[in-house]
Amino acid sequence: MKALVWHGKEDIRYDTVSDPEIQNPRDAIIKVTSCAICGSDLHLFHNFIPAMLPGDIMGHEMMGEVVEVGSGMDGRLKKGDRIVVPFTITCGECEQCKRGNYSVCERTNRKKDFADKVFGHTTAGLFGYTHLTGGYPGGQAEYLRVPFADTTHVKVPENLSDEQVLFLGDIFPTGWQAAEQCDIQETDTVAIWGCGPVGQMAIRSAILLGAKQVVAIDCLPERLSMAEAAGAITINFQDDSVIDRLDELTDGKGPEKCIDATGTESHVSFAQPDTIYDRAKQLMALESDRPHVLREMIYVCRPAGIISIPGVYGGLIDKVPIGVAMNKGLTLRMGQTHVRRWTDDLLKRINDGEIDPSFVITHTAKLSDGPEMYNVFRDKRDSCIKVVLKP
Amino acid sequence: MRNLIPKHLEGDPKILKKGHGSLSAVDRTAKALGWFSIGLGLAEMLAPRAVTRTLGMESAGMNATVRAFGAREIAAGVLTLSTEKKVGLWSRVLGDGLDVAVLATGLDRFNPQRRNVKVALATVLGITALDLATASALSARSARPRQLRDYSKRSGFPHGVTKTGARQFRPTAQHMH
Repeated sequence: MKALVWHGKEDIRYDTVSDPEIQNPRDAIIKVTSCAICGSDLHLFHNFIPAMLPGDIMGHEMMGEVVEVGSGMDGRLKKGDRIVVPFTITCGECEQCKRGNYSVCERTNRKKDFADKVFGHTTAGLFGYTHLTGGYPGGQAEYLRVPFADTTHVKVPENLSDEQVLFLGDIFPTGWQAAEQCDIQETDTVAIWGCGPVGQMAIRSAILLGAKQVVAIDCLPERLSMAEAAGAITINFQDDSVIDRLDELTDGKGPEKCIDATGTESHVSFAQPDTIYDRAKQLMALESDRPHVLREMIYVCRPAGIISIPGVYGGLIDKVPIGVAMNKGLTLRMGQTHVRRWTDDLLKRINDGEIDPSFVITHTAKLSDGPEMYNVFRDKRDSCIKVVLKP
Repeated sequence: MRNLIPKHLEGDPKILKKGHGSLSAVDRTAKALGWFSIGLGLAEMLAPRAVTRTLGMESAGMNATVRAFGAREIAAGVLTLSTEKKVGLWSRVLGDGLDVAVLATGLDRFNPQRRNVKVALATVLGITALDLATASALSARSARPRQLRDYSKRSGFPHGVTKTGARQFRPTAQHMH
């Protein structure tokens, strides 16, 4: 089969690889009908997240049709089913899964020993996202083996298109969880840093969850225009001071809830000197991430507010004002997404016409165009916000 | 890292044939220039006297200048090999200008190594052209388009906004199986 394979920094190739096979009774093989490039794939593309190996298949946003199942499905999944695959692989049986903490499933990371050493305790296996999370082949491919498939799937009805449901596997529940963990009240201002795909989903989620006002922060006009379309107030941080504008919008008190949908690769600019400092430290391997957004959120957030971090961070950060966070009594919530926790509700919302996540797709291309689409997405060429690939 | 891959992963897909990739000719040239920069920088840092002797430019302070230029080359090389390669290459172009300016002082007709200086100057000018072409290509590639697409109607709410609020999550039997 054909797949997009990681060979090194900024080197993704459209390779021919061997077909996946059933390895365990709970496995299924799907024929991928749609997959997408995620913002966090760019972190791998740039080699900012450790433990990728040449030969790893990319992709953790995918869906398709079941073409083969293992012997242990107990009828929960069968050939011909149309499913979205959550990016977090879940066993459904461990203590964490039973609590709904699917992204920290205790059993699905097949490199548990490695993860235990690095993280202290293992987290769930993830598709196409480094050997720290199991080194599972990803879904930017014609076929995908889904381990623990009986619990790692979302069945989707035929009346909804791929484009409407594909994002149930990651960015929609990720944006939703980011907003959910803010405990949004109807008097709240929710400020969201980063208007990429997860930011766009977080904006809509915060609106659906009843925020009084949602403020979207980015520097790309096309992203800000998409945020405005949903009803967000926007701040272009290259034109305005984020802190001054947020204070203006909240009678000088700061937003109650802040969401970091940017993560490790915050924009580097002389207008934000700390980003230059972080980038220089990154180049010297003295820091792995650029936490400008975290610093700004902690500073501007209203005392006793909540900071929610869906953006991916890879390792160590520097000069984060933990003393400010402590004295202001801020609550920090973060984590990979417990996808299955949210998907029943979100699928219903899509089916009811409450939201249509396909709004975010700006580019659709063949899988064979994938390597170039990584460049288009990285360079934000042609107003690119979200790429869907068709194998 | 390789030894971290357990035996039971061997059934995973393996590469049978490599295909086309995301690295363009410009990316490859930038990478080559980055490594060249680091190599040259190391030579200048470690053996400045050999450089000044070859060029016949052994005046006071010249060894320190060559060492400083070596540090500059290494810094530019690291940047060029990073995701900030555009900045790295433009810094190389500026550095090339400095190199030319300093080398030009060695064209003095009393310099016994004048011929070597001429060769070095020609080489630097050739590399400058390559640096300039690569930096320009990278800048053009990531330049912001004049015409942006219009996303102002992409609300994502087919029937307008309904603030429905949260629904309490409880793990259900369906979640666990």
